[in-house]
Amino acid sequence: MSFTTHTPSPQPSPASGRGSSAPLLEVDDLHTHFDTVAGTVRSVDGVSWRLDAGQTLGIVGESGCGKSVTALSILRLVPTPPARHGGRVRYRGTDLLRLDERAMRQIRGNRISMIFQEPMTSLNPVLSIGRQIAETVQVHQRVGRREAMDRSVEMLRLVQVAEPERRVAEYPHQFSGGMRQRVMIALALACNPEVLIADEPTTALDVTIQAQILELLKELQGRLGMGIVMITHDLGVVAECCDRVVVMYAGRKVEEASTLELFDRPLHPYTRALMASMPSMNAVATRLTEIEGMVPAPFDVGPGCAFAPRCAFATERCRRETPMLEDFGGGHVVACFEARRLSP
Amino acid sequence: MSLPGMPLLEVRGLTKHYVAPRRWFARPRPVVQAVDDVSFTLRHGETLALVGESGCGKTTTAKSVLRLIEPTAGSVKLDGEELLTLDAARMRERRRDLQIIFQDPYASLSPRLTAGAIVTEPMRNFPLDGTQSAQQRNYRAAWLFAKVGLRPEALKRYPHEFSGGQRQRLGIARALALQPKLIVCDEPVSALDVSVQAQVINLLTDLQAEFGIAYLFVAHDLAVVRHISHRVAVMYLGHVVEVADRDTLFAAPRHPYTEILLSAVPVPDPRRHAKRILLSGDPPSPANPPSGCRFHTRCPLAQAICREQKPALTDRAAGPAGDAGREHLVACHFR
Repeated sequence: MSFTTHTPSPQPSPASGRGSSAPLLEVDDLHTHFDTVAGTVRSVDGVSWRLDAGQTLGIVGESGCGKSVTALSILRLVPTPPARHGGRVRYRGTDLLRLDERAMRQIRGNRISMIFQEPMTSLNPVLSIGRQIAETVQVHQRVGRREAMDRSVEMLRLVQVAEPERRVAEYPHQFSGGMRQRVMIALALACNPEVLIADEPTTALDVTIQAQILELLKELQGRLGMGIVMITHDLGVVAECCDRVVVMYAGRKVEEASTLELFDRPLHPYTRALMASMPSMNAVATRLTEIEGMVPAPFDVGPGCAFAPRCAFATERCRRETPMLEDFGGGHVVACFEARRLSP
Repeated sequence: MSLPGMPLLEVRGLTKHYVAPRRWFARPRPVVQAVDDVSFTLRHGETLALVGESGCGKTTTAKSVLRLIEPTAGSVKLDGEELLTLDAARMRERRRDLQIIFQDPYASLSPRLTAGAIVTEPMRNFPLDGTQSAQQRNYRAAWLFAKVGLRPEALKRYPHEFSGGQRQRLGIARALALQPKLIVCDEPVSALDVSVQAQVINLLTDLQAEFGIAYLFVAHDLAVVRHISHRVAVMYLGHVVEVADRDTLFAAPRHPYTEILLSAVPVPDPRRHAKRILLSGDPPSPANPPSGCRFHTRCPLAQAICREQKPALTDRAAGPAGDAGREHLVACHFR
């Protein structure tokens, strides 16, 4: 009676993972390295964090710190080779880095989806908006074309595009930047994902439009309950809409804390310098605090803390050894030898 | 030539309309009113910021002042001399005083010239007493490099060898080469990372303090504007809607658009959740601008009069009129 011996698969089926007890998304010691002629580029070098349902996790850092590569690695959108992945990305317990491509396609755009920074280049210029949303729906769900089109209209209404019935037939060039970003959000949410990765979703937009989009994301999160990974370089955006924050520098997580804690008690010298160098809307400082030098080229990261050459508090030890993450209580972790000394 | 108290730059009724060429038998295309009747003044050593959202005409205004874009109408006076009617030779001579720093530090430097050649080229074109010989020019280039914080060995490098922040420093050195009176800064820090942005902003502030250069600072980042400018002009859809000194504008904005714009900026303080006024929709097209006040289609205060009459930019400052530094100009029927 061999056909009765139904062995449960060791990993829960990705599509039916909803409601299981494993954390929604867990990035564990993720490495993404690129082998190049000039040497190995460690774009992401041992990053860990977790995201729960209904939560927004911010990832901040400057260009080249690996925040976008982290996002792309989660969805396995970095071509391998040249990239090499290490570590684990667990979505409801399933390690995405070890799934085959077919199974991954069941997750990408369906359970975990992404909004990109540049809404113009991320949309297909020769397909109507409606077809693009319908295509996503049809790939992941057993629905007919008409039903998928109805879903497109419904999604456009959800992201507050005026006259969705008419605009669904229009093309990306007929939409303004803010409207295109709404379409991107509609596209990302079309299959009702559990995780939304937003890679600098408002960087290309004007402030009034940015305010609209952030408001919209918050509202949709409240209604649909998805977890959001918000990748940004703007600490204002972080303060506005994130529950927790991961600060990255040169491919590593240097600090993580709840948003309130991070702004009240930033401990890593890089985080502090980043906050001090931002021009403020309230107090008028006579002079901005500069961070000397620049983000290191990815090949140059030698031994020791990557921030040490620019750090005002660096000691001999910082240049020699790489600091490990240390817990300062309440989930506030910092990778700095001097943090305890700096801690108020 | 310049009298004390006379503004360095006086812009009156500056207008730039783009007319699309009419095709045969086609209906005439609408005229895009990119900049419409814009006026402001800029004093020696002062920074005036032009702020607004994309498409509001701030860059067109700045480039029209330099005649990099030929304005359709209006007047631009530098030290009392009208620039818009100058012939090419005279205008070329005046350009000595007018320089520009561009937004994109990657596209605004010739990839085939060394950094040294980029900075000496303006001096070759406009030799001064101290820059007649190549040796003098190289000497000045090295001095400028030190001023903007570049190493002397960088003189022989090519732009692709520089980082974004260094390229912007190079652009600044080039703009300084001729000792200009006015530098138009067209979004000079918006392509840079936060930490590098602070370096460039501090550099611009230091240079202004040392050389007394006036900046016409075009930007959309209001926190940067708040930091660097003395006065701010807010633009919406080709019109200036409010002009005031920095502190007044940020503390007590009067025009409803300015108010909404300021409230939209995310504040890096998780405890402060400012009351936000959300604008609905997108700005209308400048090819078909709303009648009367151009903001009336999205304005929370709009009344019938806003649709019919364009509000004039009038001084609403408390206290004696006439002091340009204390002026608070607002173009609104109700504020």
